[in-house]
Amino acid sequence: MDSKRRDFLKIAGLTAIAGIAAPSAFNTLLKGEAIASAGQAAAGGHGAAAPTGKRYGMVIDVKKFTENPGLAEQCVSACHTIHNVPDFGNRKDEIKWIWIESYEHTFPTESQYKRPDALKDMPILTLCNHCDNPPCVRACPTKATYKKKDGIVGMDYHRCIGCRFCMAACPYGARSFNWRDPRGKDANGQPFIKAENPKYPTRMRGVVEKCNFCTERLAIGQIPACVEVAAQTKALVFGDMNDPNSEISQVLKTSFTIQRNPAIGTHPSLFYII
Amino acid sequence: MIEKAFKGSTGYWVWMLFLLSIMGVGGLCYVQQFNYGLGITGMSRDVTWGVYISQFTFLVGVAAGGLMLVLPYYIHNYKAFGRIVILGEFMAIAAIAMCLMFIIADLGQPMRALNVLLHPTPNSMLFWDMIVLNGYLFLNILCGWVVLQSEYKGIKYPKWIKPFIYLSIPWAISIHTVTAFLYCGLPGRHFWLTAILAPRFLASAFAAGPALLMVIAMILKKTTKFDVGREAQDKLVTIIGYAAMLNFFFLGCEFFVAYYSQIPGHMHTLDYLFWGLGHGDQVYNNLVPFMRASVIMGLAGIALIFVSRAKQSDGLLVISCLLIFIAFWIDKGLGLVLGGFVPSPLEYVTEYVPSVQELGITAAIWATGFFILSILYKVAISVKLEKEA
Repeated sequence: MDSKRRDFLKIAGLTAIAGIAAPSAFNTLLKGEAIASAGQAAAGGHGAAAPTGKRYGMVIDVKKFTENPGLAEQCVSACHTIHNVPDFGNRKDEIKWIWIESYEHTFPTESQYKRPDALKDMPILTLCNHCDNPPCVRACPTKATYKKKDGIVGMDYHRCIGCRFCMAACPYGARSFNWRDPRGKDANGQPFIKAENPKYPTRMRGVVEKCNFCTERLAIGQIPACVEVAAQTKALVFGDMNDPNSEISQVLKTSFTIQRNPAIGTHPSLFYII
Repeated sequence: MIEKAFKGSTGYWVWMLFLLSIMGVGGLCYVQQFNYGLGITGMSRDVTWGVYISQFTFLVGVAAGGLMLVLPYYIHNYKAFGRIVILGEFMAIAAIAMCLMFIIADLGQPMRALNVLLHPTPNSMLFWDMIVLNGYLFLNILCGWVVLQSEYKGIKYPKWIKPFIYLSIPWAISIHTVTAFLYCGLPGRHFWLTAILAPRFLASAFAAGPALLMVIAMILKKTTKFDVGREAQDKLVTIIGYAAMLNFFFLGCEFFVAYYSQIPGHMHTLDYLFWGLGHGDQVYNNLVPFMRASVIMGLAGIALIFVSRAKQSDGLLVISCLLIFIAFWIDKGLGLVLGGFVPSPLEYVTEYVPSVQELGITAAIWATGFFILSILYKVAISVKLEKEA
């Protein structure tokens, strides 16, 4: 084979490889770019994103939880029972999808100075914010956590490698890791999952989990478990924020609500009435 | 060439057996962790990364430090580094091997590690880190081995290796930049959210990597006939000294921004690391002695390393390099990663203390790194001494 022919083949080979690889590489990069800039333009800083398609959100009326003692606990318990969330009985291994937090810790970036005394004991429900611009999804190296078209940030427990990058990335501490086997039993032979719900999968050791906005219930026409518990009081309002006629859109239009740490541009889908 | 690793003095074999025993004990710890889960470590819901990821971060720096030898030798044709440059390349191989082992040790589902390749995700910095680390490992194995083999055969290295050597230079910068990007792109983690994180990583890498190399070179000078040469030693002092100073300059910038701006989020972690952070009626300060020692050792190391050159004292050189290496190991191998989790995003303070098994696994990975390093250095030095004899 003479050298010219060999050179030609080399170049042809390289061009072919570049031709196959380049469009997909470009597409991936540009797609990310387009999403990022569209989000910013529409958002105009700290506001909401463009109203395209469905976007599920939730309004949490903290006053109603104060008026109905025990309601917040019921919401937590309903969620954790339905989703087989284990109870290890210690803070280190703790797994929680939704939990009760104080004002001070839910809103550390808000002013804590000369607040009403009543604020101190208010039970504030805290869960995944299902951000429109989620840092956890950006960080995940395997797409095990992803944003769905309806705005819900989901988790694939079977793909997660347990690197916990998403936990470092989440600015709301909403994610939990299975430090040990959740299907196991404690020293006294008590299972960590008190009563297993066969309708939702239990997780395995070494994966991350969090609130999924009851995506499995929405799929069969039910509302999220916590919202169902609080239905009578309307302490939790859930729905499509992009539908101007939905109940949540009406509430958001007529009440003053706040989001957790909006300054970092995550665009949370949770709104609080304090 | 590899056969050189199987012939050695009693001292060599005792050293290798010592490393193997640590690897064995750590291996048993890993079996425990594999069966129980990462709950066996000191990590918790609030502090989700511990010594594994902090060692990984530090060792990326040690690997990148090899650049400080490759660049003067191959780009500026600085002949005095002729004997030491191979040590830098081989140290990078061992350091990257340790990095990869630390990542695997930290995974909750290590059997799924290949998901990173099966589902490539360009928006994740961890995906890019996987690419740059494995690429750098490949480049150093290739360049180091080909150049050494040519020397073994008594010929000049082949021309085709040059592009790979040149490529390894920006690649070294990239491994530590991407590793910094793992941290500094996360909203809501004030301590990491700083544009000088990557430059600071590089500065400490260019001090800590060559400092470790210098200590090893001095040990080799004592135990074998291999001497990297006075000129190389003196030049490395300049490199280590200035890189270490640059690191402290960057640290000073962090302090200024935090304490002059008075923004609480920016001050919290520095408070926790250097003074103790009050929360509720308790003060949390378990890293304070380490961080203060790090600053003192680092500054003392910088002063002593220049004195060692003025006095041409190898003893003082080893001490100053150890001081700098340990100072930066504390700074990055402890404070940087662990500090970033305190306080938590909800402003709770959870302190982290590694478990015995966790320390066992950590020691075993370091031992494995030194095991690889010893084999590679044994080969390199045998070849060099044989050719010079």
